[in-house]
Amino acid sequence: MKKALTRLGVRPLSIKRASIAMYEAEINAVIHGHGGVAVVHIFADSVLIEIIDHGPGIPDVEQAMTEGFSTAPDSARAMGFGAGMGLPNIKKQVDLLEIDTKMGEGTKVTMHITF
Amino acid sequence: MIDEGNDVGRLHSVSLNRELCMGCTNCIKGCPTEAIRVRDGKAVIDENRCIDCAECIRICPHHAKRAVTDTLPELSERHDDFPCVALIPPSLYSQFSAPANRASILNAMSTLGFDYVYEVALGAAASSVRTREILNETRAAEEVLKDGAESEFPLISSACPVVVRLIQMKYKSLIPHLISLDAPMEITARYAREEASKKSGVPPENIMIYFISPCPSKRSASLNPLGQKESDVNYVLAMHDVYPLLLNLLEKPNTGSLDASGKADSYPLADPTGVQWATSGGEASTLDTEKYMAVDGIHNVISILNEIENENLKDIEFVEPSCCFGGCIGGPLTATNPFSAKARMRSVIHKAREDHGKNPDKCLHSNALNPHIWEEPLSDNDSMRLDEDIETALGKYDQMEKILSTLPGLDCGACGAPTCAALAEDIVQGNALETDCIIKLKEQIRKVAQEINILKL
Repeated sequence: MKKALTRLGVRPLSIKRASIAMYEAEINAVIHGHGGVAVVHIFADSVLIEIIDHGPGIPDVEQAMTEGFSTAPDSARAMGFGAGMGLPNIKKQVDLLEIDTKMGEGTKVTMHITF
Repeated sequence: MIDEGNDVGRLHSVSLNRELCMGCTNCIKGCPTEAIRVRDGKAVIDENRCIDCAECIRICPHHAKRAVTDTLPELSERHDDFPCVALIPPSLYSQFSAPANRASILNAMSTLGFDYVYEVALGAAASSVRTREILNETRAAEEVLKDGAESEFPLISSACPVVVRLIQMKYKSLIPHLISLDAPMEITARYAREEASKKSGVPPENIMIYFISPCPSKRSASLNPLGQKESDVNYVLAMHDVYPLLLNLLEKPNTGSLDASGKADSYPLADPTGVQWATSGGEASTLDTEKYMAVDGIHNVISILNEIENENLKDIEFVEPSCCFGGCIGGPLTATNPFSAKARMRSVIHKAREDHGKNPDKCLHSNALNPHIWEEPLSDNDSMRLDEDIETALGKYDQMEKILSTLPGLDCGACGAPTCAALAEDIVQGNALETDCIIKLKEQIRKVAQEINILKL
C-alpha cells in the first residue's frame, strides 16, 4: 500500500499515517486474531483499509481503546509488542475508525484516512 | 545516460561510451532507483531518477560508463588575476602510503600549481561543531515534545549528496530528519574563496576553486546544488586523475617537506575531528552520542531508510549513511583499494590527533568557518509519481497491476527494463510495448505460427 500511495503522489504525512495505522491493525490481527485479511481501497482523496480476522473478538472495545490496556500473551510481549498502544495509536492516525467485533466470530477494523 | 560531447553532465555526471555499451542487463539490474533502461541496444538513463550513486560505473563490465569530471588546468593557461585554489578532502590522504603525510600531500598539491590549498577537513570540523549543537537542540526539543508530535530523531547526515537525492525522491517523509547544513565541501569553498581573495587582493568571484573528488556526485552537487542557490566550487577533478601526478611528486625527495615551497602558511591545518570524516562512521564519532548508526553501501542505506520510515530506529539519535562502502574512501574516483585506504586513514587520524595534542594552536579553530543552514528548503523530486493528476495516476496504477499479472515475472531484464514491474510501468507510460517482453513475443509468434499451420491445412 505504501508503495502504491508513493507512486500516486500522495503527500508523505498521509502515507505515514496510513502505514502506521495499517501496521498496528495487522499486528493486532496476528497477535489476537490468528491472522487475517487486509483489503485496501484507494481513492483520489483518501484510503480505506479493512483488516478482517476470525479470532475470538474483543469483549470490551472501550477498554481495548485505553492506552496501556493489553491482553497480549507473553510470547508477543517478548517480541516487543503488546504495550497496549495499538488501538490508541491507530485512533491518532486515522480520520475514521470502526471496530466491528463479534465474540467467537472475529473482528473487522475499518480505517479511513483522508489525504 | 548522457552521450559524450552532447551537453555532457548538465544534471548528472555519468556519461556513456556508446561504442563500448553492449546493451547487457548489468547496469539496469544494479541501479538502486531503476533509472536505466536499454533502448535500441544501448543504456539510457532517466536523469530525473539518477542520484549519482555510480553503481552503474562500478558494475559495467565493458567500462562503457565513465564519470564526467573537469580537467586539471594547464600551468600556461593560469593567470594571476584568477588564482587557483585546491580543496583536498580527507579521503585523499588515504591514497598514499607512508612516509607521505598530510603536510607533504598538501605541499605536493601546491607544487602542481595551485596558488592556495585548503583541507576540506576544515569545513568538516566546523560542521561537527554545529551538528553537536543541533543534536543538543533536538534533545531539548524532544523533552518538551507534545504528545503525538513528530520526533526529529534520528537526525540524518546530509554529507553524502547521493543520500540526500535518494531521500528527495523516495523517502520524502524523512526530509525533516536531514541535517540542513551545507556539506563540508561548500563550507570550505566559501571560506577558501574569502581567504584567497584577502591574500591575493583579487575579487572573490575571480577565485577559481577546484575540488579533488572521490566521487562524481560531488560534481553534480556543484552544478546542481542541494539546499543552496549556487555552489562555491567551480571545478571538480577526479581523485584518480590527480593521484599519479601527486605520487610522482611525493616520491621525489624534498618536494615532500613543508619548507620546500615556503607556502606553509597557505594551508592551515584542520582539527583532527575533520580528518575523521573520510571513513564510514567518522562523522558520527565526532559527535557526543553513542546512539548513532553508520551505514555504508547504497543498498544498505536503502534498507536503513526504510527502517527509519517504519519508525524502527527511535532509539538512534544520529544516522550517517554513505553511498559508498567504507565511506568516501570507497568512492568510485579513488585510486587505492578501500581496505588499504581504511588502514592508512587510521594512521593519518592517529597522527593528526598526536600533532594536535602536542601543538593545538597549529590547527585552525573550528569556529573560523561558519557552516550555513540551507538557504532554501530541499525541493522534492516527483519522478516516482505516475501522473500529476491523482485520478489519472490511479488509472495508470490499476493498468500497471493488470499488465504485471500477464507478464512472466522472471525479471530477466531482456526487455531493457530491470523488472517486469518496471516494464509494466514503461508500457503504461507509453515508453515500451508488451512485445518488448521476449516471453510474450514468443507466445505471440507461436500463436501466429499455429494460425499459419491451420491455414495451410
